Amino acid sequence: MEFILQPLTLLTFFPLVGVLVILFMNAEQKIAIRWVALVTSLITLVVSLWVLQSFYAAESVTGAAGALHLEAKYAWITVAGWNIYYYLAVDGLSILLVLLTAFLTPISLLSTWTAVEERVKEFMIFFLLLEVGMMGVFLAQDLFMFYIFWEFTLVPMYFLIGLWGGPRRLYAAVKFFLYTMAGSILMLVAILFLGIKTNTFNVPDMLAALPALYSSGAIDPRTQMLLFIAFAAAFAIKVPMWPLHSWLPDAHVEAPTAGSVILAGVLLKMGTYGFLRFNLQLFPNATIAAAPWIALLATIGIIYGAAVSYAQQDVKKLVAYSSVSHLGFVMLGLFALNPEGVAGAILQMINHGLSTGALFLLIGMIYEQTHTRDIKVYGGLWKITPVFGTIMLIASLSSMGLPGLNGFVGEFTILLGAFGSTAIGSPWYAGISAIGVIMAAVYILYMFQKVFLGPAGEITHHHELKDLNVRELITVIPLIVFMFWIGLYPAPFFNLIAPAVEKLLSALPL
Amino acid sequence: MTQPTFIDFYILLPFTILVAWACLLLLVDIFIPRTLKWLTALLAAAGLAGTLIVSISQFGKSSTGFSGMAVLDGFSTFANVLLLISGLFGIALAYGYAERMKIQRGEYYTLLLFSVSGMMLMAQAGDLIIVFLALELLSIPLYVLAAISRKPESEEAGVKYFLLGAFATGFVVYGTALVFGATGTTSLAGIFLIASTTPTSLLLTIGAALLLVGFGFKVAAVPFHMWTPDVYQGAPTSVTAFMSSGAKIAGFVALMRVFATAFPSISADMTNIFWALSALTMIVGNFVAISQTNIKRMLAYSSIAHAGYILMAFVPYGNKDVVATSVAAGLFYLMAYVFTNFGAWAVVMTLEKAEGKGLEIADYAGLAKKYPALAVAMTVFMLSFIGFPPTLGMVGKFYLFRAALEGGFNGLALIGVFTSLVSAYYYLRVVVNMYMREGDPVAEREPGLAFTTTVAAVATVALSLAPQWLFLLASNAILK
Repeated sequence: MEFILQPLTLLTFFPLVGVLVILFMNAEQKIAIRWVALVTSLITLVVSLWVLQSFYAAESVTGAAGALHLEAKYAWITVAGWNIYYYLAVDGLSILLVLLTAFLTPISLLSTWTAVEERVKEFMIFFLLLEVGMMGVFLAQDLFMFYIFWEFTLVPMYFLIGLWGGPRRLYAAVKFFLYTMAGSILMLVAILFLGIKTNTFNVPDMLAALPALYSSGAIDPRTQMLLFIAFAAAFAIKVPMWPLHSWLPDAHVEAPTAGSVILAGVLLKMGTYGFLRFNLQLFPNATIAAAPWIALLATIGIIYGAAVSYAQQDVKKLVAYSSVSHLGFVMLGLFALNPEGVAGAILQMINHGLSTGALFLLIGMIYEQTHTRDIKVYGGLWKITPVFGTIMLIASLSSMGLPGLNGFVGEFTILLGAFGSTAIGSPWYAGISAIGVIMAAVYILYMFQKVFLGPAGEITHHHELKDLNVRELITVIPLIVFMFWIGLYPAPFFNLIAPAVEKLLSALPL
Repeated sequence: MTQPTFIDFYILLPFTILVAWACLLLLVDIFIPRTLKWLTALLAAAGLAGTLIVSISQFGKSSTGFSGMAVLDGFSTFANVLLLISGLFGIALAYGYAERMKIQRGEYYTLLLFSVSGMMLMAQAGDLIIVFLALELLSIPLYVLAAISRKPESEEAGVKYFLLGAFATGFVVYGTALVFGATGTTSLAGIFLIASTTPTSLLLTIGAALLLVGFGFKVAAVPFHMWTPDVYQGAPTSVTAFMSSGAKIAGFVALMRVFATAFPSISADMTNIFWALSALTMIVGNFVAISQTNIKRMLAYSSIAHAGYILMAFVPYGNKDVVATSVAAGLFYLMAYVFTNFGAWAVVMTLEKAEGKGLEIADYAGLAKKYPALAVAMTVFMLSFIGFPPTLGMVGKFYLFRAALEGGFNGLALIGVFTSLVSAYYYLRVVVNMYMREGDPVAEREPGLAFTTTVAAVATVALSLAPQWLFLLASNAILK
């Protein structure tokens, strides 16, 4: 019992209860299945709040700030030279992402209420399984376990795209699967290599063993760099960093709305989180050596993503490419390797989840009515659907980083960090990236203008378009609330992150 | 020469029981009328199950008997248990299928028992002569089984398997002769003793290489794999399922036993050969599998590819610190392979129709809508083949890669992971067809198939979450 009642075990595996219930339900009872899935994810959300509260309590103990909390640690495979633990824990680096996952899942499920009519049973099962995988990724403190969760998230997402996706879904699903797997297999080799060298797979033990190996030359700098690259390959594809991003537009465009929301909101963050949790901590010297290069790729990604977004005629594709740009900021902040940069990057992960999640939800809502996402055929939507327009405007402004909304706080802190970063070594990266903020304003406002303002377009003209209904409002309002909250008063969020970031950076030989 | 004692027979007890049972069944079967062949199947299964219990009771025991000819140790017991499970799956798959395809014959089950006993003898061989005997005992029934349906393609498969198999056995015999010439003994322990105290002779190396050719044939390693796709495709699917698991286990068991116990002293030369063999097998197996449209052929190439992964772990066999991991990883992966492989073949047989219909990958279109449970099971097997969590295949590959990396063969491990990526492409194609294309497949309802599919799927997932004691058993199977 003690094993199951651990808050983090419960948080990770509770969705499985829903999966089991749904498994034994009649596939025809679509509404009941939806409710079971929603209630399951809501209970998970409640558990996550319990975790947050326990986290606060643990963090306030003197000297414990920034450490791993709520540890659930049990020997799993400890024979034959294996040292694998069932090990879940949460700290300031992951707590917000855990909350984001628990928060976005019910919202995504709510958005499928009328959008998913086929194979509802399977959809809900895959979605809840995905939640298990994502939680596990953010909570696992054993590399073997992390790898299992990391790879496992691919399977339900693959089905979500492949079964409920758009016309080119088969191509997109297989591309998504193979592309992501290509990165993770390199990480697998690196994980095993580390496991053999340190004789453990659990991260805290590994962190304790590695400095001696580095200083004695048992792992020379070149090997450390190769290991860094192997981990980075898995994470950079997931983020995705330029030039490894080509799977993202396909996956996003073809995925069903809820899939896009989770993909952009949480799955991409697994990549940036991986850099933060593993690359930065396990390979300190390589991290510092690689920082300028990562900053370069991030800057290219920011500008490239923004430029390509501007050229898109498909709204969803536009938002997808904007993710490449926004996550470039996150990467830039992470590898600034100073408190502003890293904390800003963590907050920006959340911001991107909120704003891009909201954008995908809203696009999905209008797509459900018109079945097109072509910018050209819209126009003048504001007059017909003012509520929808207002909310879309807020989400767009949040995405482009308008002061007073969440995006600004994150991007500003990141740029602040990147300007003064000794690791990156040059303020130019930050300077050029700042142009990306302006470009974001251009493509977002361009899209907004074409869709909502001006004369009525073909679709707007012919369709009887309805404004948002109550369910749709319930779906997006929570996101909007957080956009304002983080934008106006980000202190509570930074306070959650700061001690862990400080602890992380103090371990780096800067 | 001393008289055999009770302990000698105890060492070979499972083998003895099974052979005696098979001989008895051969007689009894004559009196079982054609319409009651389920009785033969049941009796054969009972024999296997009884032997399995005896074999399990031997865990933890180790000793040698018959003047070192036979060995009982953790390795042989693990292999025996695995082989007996394969035999049981083999019979569970066979009965209903044989009825449906109208190839029901009592000899089928007896031959299968003889083949399993040959495989078990292989696992316990302490002498190259016994290796040869076991090889023949396991192979000859398989040649007959491959041709048992008497259709042209089945007969072609049988003859092809027989001719090439006989050729491969020839290599084993010739290799044994050369090794005997170099060391003056055929006992594995004796060879090790002489080879490690005298300077390496070319004769010994050539002899060992020839043995490797023979074993390479049995495990279907490239370039000795040519027979595999044709035989797998032509043989009745129930035979293919058994052959692809059982013969592979036996081949690997022989390979590991012989090389790890007798030939560590020439590992400097052999390692390079193993390296090339393993790399080639992984690359060729996986890349050629991409272009297959027939599921039997695809699984044949996949079976080739998996031989490559196990070989990869065995490359550092000459390294004293790693060989235990290599052997344990190999055994564990063979176990993962048995469950995954039998499960996958069971699904194939569920969809197979008479006259070789229903064997194209395209025939799997729409399976998920009509038979969701079957599709889930097949997805589990495909993921396990790729090495994806939460399946045994993933845990097994983790183990194999660890052995290769511990031995310092980082490049080979990289080839391994990249070919796994390639394999994802063709395994996923089955999943794509089942879930994402429209079709109207018809599945057979047979208890044996349903049983195998269920057991295999559950084991593939459940054992991957709790592999602790299996790891322990596999790692206790160290060869000395």
